[in-house]
Amino acid sequence: MAEPPLLEARGLTRSYGAVRALRGVDLTLAPGDVLLVLGPNGAGKSTLLRTLAGLLRPQAGTVAVRGRTLSGDDPDARRPIGLLSHQSLLYDELSLLENLVLAGRLYDVPEPEHHARAALAAQGLSDRAGDRPRQLSRGMLQRAAIARALLHQPALLLLDEPFTGLDAVAGDRLRALLTTLHEPSRAMVIVTHHAGEAWDIATRVGVLVSGRWALQAPRPDDLRAFHLTYQELARA
Amino acid sequence: MTADPALSVIRRGIILTVLALIGVAVVMVMALQFTPVEANQGLAQKIFYVHVPTAAVALWIAVPATGIASILYLWLHDPRLDRFAAASAEVAVVFCLVVLTTGPIWGKPIWGTWWTWDGRLTLTLFLFFLLLGYHALRGSVRDPLERGRFSAVLGIMGMALVPFIHLSVYLWRGLHPQPVVLKPSAPSLPWEMLRTLLAGFGVFILLYVGFVTLRYGLQLAQDRKEEADAA
Amino acid sequence: MRRAIRLALVLAAKDLRVEFRTRTSLLSAAVFAALVLIVFNFARDPTAVATIDLAPSVLWVTVAFASVVAMNRAFTTERENAAFDGLLLAPVSREVLYLGKYLANLVFVLLVEAITLPLFVLFFNVGLGHALPGLLLTMLLATAGFVAVGTVFSAMVVKTRFAELMLPVLLLPFMVPPLIYAVRVSTPLFQGRPLSEVVAGLRFLALYDVAFITLSVLLFSAVVDE
Repeated sequence: MAEPPLLEARGLTRSYGAVRALRGVDLTLAPGDVLLVLGPNGAGKSTLLRTLAGLLRPQAGTVAVRGRTLSGDDPDARRPIGLLSHQSLLYDELSLLENLVLAGRLYDVPEPEHHARAALAAQGLSDRAGDRPRQLSRGMLQRAAIARALLHQPALLLLDEPFTGLDAVAGDRLRALLTTLHEPSRAMVIVTHHAGEAWDIATRVGVLVSGRWALQAPRPDDLRAFHLTYQELARA
Repeated sequence: MTADPALSVIRRGIILTVLALIGVAVVMVMALQFTPVEANQGLAQKIFYVHVPTAAVALWIAVPATGIASILYLWLHDPRLDRFAAASAEVAVVFCLVVLTTGPIWGKPIWGTWWTWDGRLTLTLFLFFLLLGYHALRGSVRDPLERGRFSAVLGIMGMALVPFIHLSVYLWRGLHPQPVVLKPSAPSLPWEMLRTLLAGFGVFILLYVGFVTLRYGLQLAQDRKEEADAA
Repeated sequence: MRRAIRLALVLAAKDLRVEFRTRTSLLSAAVFAALVLIVFNFARDPTAVATIDLAPSVLWVTVAFASVVAMNRAFTTERENAAFDGLLLAPVSREVLYLGKYLANLVFVLLVEAITLPLFVLFFNVGLGHALPGLLLTMLLATAGFVAVGTVFSAMVVKTRFAELMLPVLLLPFMVPPLIYAVRVSTPLFQGRPLSEVVAGLRFLALYDVAFITLSVLLFSAVVDE
């Protein structure tokens, strides 16, 4: 029997109020894929990412991770997913270490404290383990959120505009991290406004316009040529 | 262009409502002109032909309908069920209000007091507040899907609460007349009165259907308009 | 099953830790309870109504208001940094998430009640005597049910406008049956009657608990799953 794809979404449809944010989106990712999702504001990029993470239920269509449909009845289907969203998902009243230990417990990570410290160390935050999230700078907070998202070594990593608000140094650091995270066993979806930010690690690109794929293809070689295509699609 | 489905629902609702209102007028004439005056209570008893049917429709039709539609909505996620649950709950508010007004009007001459913490009145009052809370909740959630889920949860919880409120307010028992129609032995009402009462049940059920249809149609029209605006 | 219980406890411990770190909500709920008791004390005419007749109602009305104040904050910390998304994302069932929240809320409201009770004894000069065990049992049974409903509703109202106002409007009707029975049960207890006389009332409270804890567990996912 063939192994089910790491991620398989079929016919995703979802409205927000009277606005139809997604209108029949399909997506299949195999391990090793890195998909760059672009699109104008309001195209449904964030909705798509939240639906893939299982945080939004599609009104029609399904999301399956390793062949298991995301739904309230099967919490374990969510286990391979890691999400880096706009917000840190960290409790302001808990220290970074406590936040990560909590996450570790929720994901059944063995020796959660040990792994939490290691995850913080990997992000250069060892000396900040006792600090609260609000005591951190934007860049550090982002790293803490990354440490939380990676703690359970997700096979499917979803990133929502990860470069937004980072300075050049932090942006380079994140790019380097994403390059090391690009392993044959892992797939990533990166929602972004600027294709250039993660062009080099991407294996595929998708352009979302008004809740539908205007384009989904292997990543072309020429970023500048793609840019012109993108502008044409976004305008249409 | 095909006819707007919302408009045809609204039209049907108006027809039913008008018919029901004519029926209400007929029942009132029946009650005042063609039904004997009750010996003990006198004319005040006439209010009973409005009070009892509205109370029964609110408690036994409108509220359970909202609860059942809520359960089905959480299961099927069909927006029609949400619209129907909301319409039924809104009509229930109106009917409860009628019950809560006619009750004291009758109670003043008969019990000698406008308000009493009688079990049934208290139950209706709590139901009324529960329904107002339901509408307040609906009004404060913008996303239609979220509004549907939240109000369905409240609708189900509310339906489960009714028997508990019933049990607790009946601790006080109270002054309320006992059921005269649906009781194990034969109805203790003379035929002329029973006839008027049954006619009352009929027209108030029709009024409920008319109001719900109308309200449903209006909501449908609004939803369609919002959808058209967004597209 | 064991994992579920362990995770529910982990989540409840997290909530309580956050709560005790800020302490503002526990403190404000306790101060609120004290103020309600004081207001009651000035509103009554000690020559007209005997304290012992009024005491159960005063106690339970105070508890009801303080509980609403206490439960209003249940999901506000989850909103910061979208931390609740982190819980929803985890491989943890909604039922377990609910139980964690419920346990934390229950402990929190019981703590507020534990502060209210001695204040009530002090201000109203009521001797509890051997009514205390029965009263504590009544408190636990009455609280367990409406906190279950309050936990679901507070998860809803944080996403609405006028959240602080919405919770009491929605929740108070649900507090009426447990409160009526709690008053009915505690009145004979205050008068020194044995627990065996109020078994029917306690059974009603337990029935309410079973019904609404079950419903709440089942309906929580409809509230949090967008």
